[in-house]
Amino acid sequence: MNLHEFQSKRLLADYGIPIPTGVSARTADEAMKVAHSLGGKAWVVKAQVHAGGRGKAGGIKIVDSVEGVGTASASMLGKRLTTKQTGPGGLPIDIVLIEQVNVITREIYLSVLIDRVSERILFMASAAGGMNIEEVAISSPEAIIMAVVDPAAGLQPYQSRKLAFSLELEGKQISQLEQIMRGLYRLFLDKDASQIEINPLVVSSEGDLLALDAKMNFDDNALYSHFDISQMRDPFQEDDKEAVARQFGLNYITLDGSIGCMVNGAGLAMATMDLVQLKGGEPANFLDVGGDTDAQKVAEAFKLILSDGNVKTVLINIFGGIVRCDVIAEGILSAIREVGVHVPVIVRLEGTSAREGLSILEKAGLDIVTAEDLEEAAVKAVAAAAG
Amino acid sequence: MSILVNRDTKVICQGFTGKQGTYHSRQALEYGTRLVGGVTPGRGGTTHLGLPVFDTVDQAMLETRPDASVVYVPPPFAADAMLEAAASGIKTIICITEGIPVLQMLRLKAVLAAQDTVLVGPNCPGVITPGECKIGIMPGFIHQPGCIGIVSRSGTLTYEAVYQTTRAGLGQSTCVGIGGDPIHGLGFVEVLEKFEADEQTRGIIMVGEIGGSAEERAADYIRQHISKPVVAYIAGVTAPSDKRMGHAGAIVSGGKGTAEDKFSVLESAGVNIVRSPTEMGQRMQECLS
Repeated sequence: MNLHEFQSKRLLADYGIPIPTGVSARTADEAMKVAHSLGGKAWVVKAQVHAGGRGKAGGIKIVDSVEGVGTASASMLGKRLTTKQTGPGGLPIDIVLIEQVNVITREIYLSVLIDRVSERILFMASAAGGMNIEEVAISSPEAIIMAVVDPAAGLQPYQSRKLAFSLELEGKQISQLEQIMRGLYRLFLDKDASQIEINPLVVSSEGDLLALDAKMNFDDNALYSHFDISQMRDPFQEDDKEAVARQFGLNYITLDGSIGCMVNGAGLAMATMDLVQLKGGEPANFLDVGGDTDAQKVAEAFKLILSDGNVKTVLINIFGGIVRCDVIAEGILSAIREVGVHVPVIVRLEGTSAREGLSILEKAGLDIVTAEDLEEAAVKAVAAAAG
Repeated sequence: MSILVNRDTKVICQGFTGKQGTYHSRQALEYGTRLVGGVTPGRGGTTHLGLPVFDTVDQAMLETRPDASVVYVPPPFAADAMLEAAASGIKTIICITEGIPVLQMLRLKAVLAAQDTVLVGPNCPGVITPGECKIGIMPGFIHQPGCIGIVSRSGTLTYEAVYQTTRAGLGQSTCVGIGGDPIHGLGFVEVLEKFEADEQTRGIIMVGEIGGSAEERAADYIRQHISKPVVAYIAGVTAPSDKRMGHAGAIVSGGKGTAEDKFSVLESAGVNIVRSPTEMGQRMQECLS
């Protein structure tokens, strides 16, 4: 789960990490009031969307009057921002963050994440702040400085000092980085974060470190114990269908193609999408109905797939393990009867009670094409979608 | 032979009396697995499915001397259950539970590193040596004793590989689901090592997916240490970047961990890659003929 920048910064502040003075606003009027109360001569207006690349897309504006804050906010709020990370549709701007402008002398990159190889929490820093860290990793990997944390000992001060000296920080900045890293580590553990990125961490004209931007990601599996984090979820930043899917315990991701896929198991769901493409079609979605699916879930999954206007055919691929194919077949039938299906449906059932499932579908007298195996199912689905 | 589990493996079940534990324990017993008891805190002294229930793994250890424990405990309590099993001296822990917070796994792995406990999973279908011992949630009837070792990050995609090798008449020596989580127990490399040393195994099918670099490390290992034919399939060619595809570990981040990269690294290590999930069994048959 992702947070907005203003939410992330509030968390940083809670953990003693210095952030620019700023307040979020939902209307242009509110934004002007905020600017007025913040004071100063210049402000930055930042569109709050769950994506990077906002600056280049016009989602960050620096203005030098309170009226300017109002105009900039009005030009953003209620619109959609399209950046290279959002996809063509963009994301809605419902909130702007108004901050005092800081004079910057240096930009640094700092992040903390879980390294899958060492199975440890890892700090990464680079003197090339403000840049895309993936690009830095490719062009000059030696410019990335790392510190791996032993879970038993926790983050040690020497690790922060090492990073600070490598980054050529000086004077009070050394202890400031130590304090920032200690705060990040505590925040990471307390809230079950999966990644926190401060890009850039800047040196102000007074020589102080300041988190100018922040991006946070949390472990969905741990949200049950972090109500404070889960209630910050902004459903408007998420795909409508993906949000509906989550309610029903389905894993769904929207794609651009025309073949709707319903599969049990995440690996098999990906494999089914890949096979569709291999046979010359394009999958419309990733959908894992789960290992313990039932007729109702299947019906909801069906509705979800059909709510995508691009879908020209539906491919159902179930390998019954725990889940019985005859139960799935009943679910398919009740879904079709309930919502009415106007596109071809191709079904492949294998594993537990597959034969019973297939015979239920064949006897139903509905327009359902059954397939002997996965290969045949994919070929039939691609042919049906082509016309 | 086989790897990890066989007809002599004595198993207990943690989360024994719950819905999942009950259902799959019944299936395991029907399959012939030597299930000797189970653990549910607070239900000690009772009997379930004709087997003794214990409050703690220590008590189960004392009374039944199990070799392995299978964990069906719900996600918030599963890491604790695994640590309990390890502390009691259980040598093989197989965790089926999906949805364990990754930081709990990180701490757990650090503890297990100092012990000689083998962990399989979590978020996996389990381990089966066909005809001998089934530990986990896989449908037993699609398996057949034979000569192919299967190792996979995915559940139902494992069944696909099993089904294809059964139809090809090859059967399986042992099938190991290593799980779809970013931090997990046994990895590809450890399982490949065991299959290489196992006489019953003549060929290995490896099923990977996007995210992380486990397949890349496996490719390195295969190039240097594996003499048996390996067929590999990687799921997720069509997966968009930065989207988590169901499994917690299945995500391409910052252009890393793509299926294409994994295919090409495996191919250059001499692995027989298949682009279609329907060709795993057939390709293995060609390798062995």
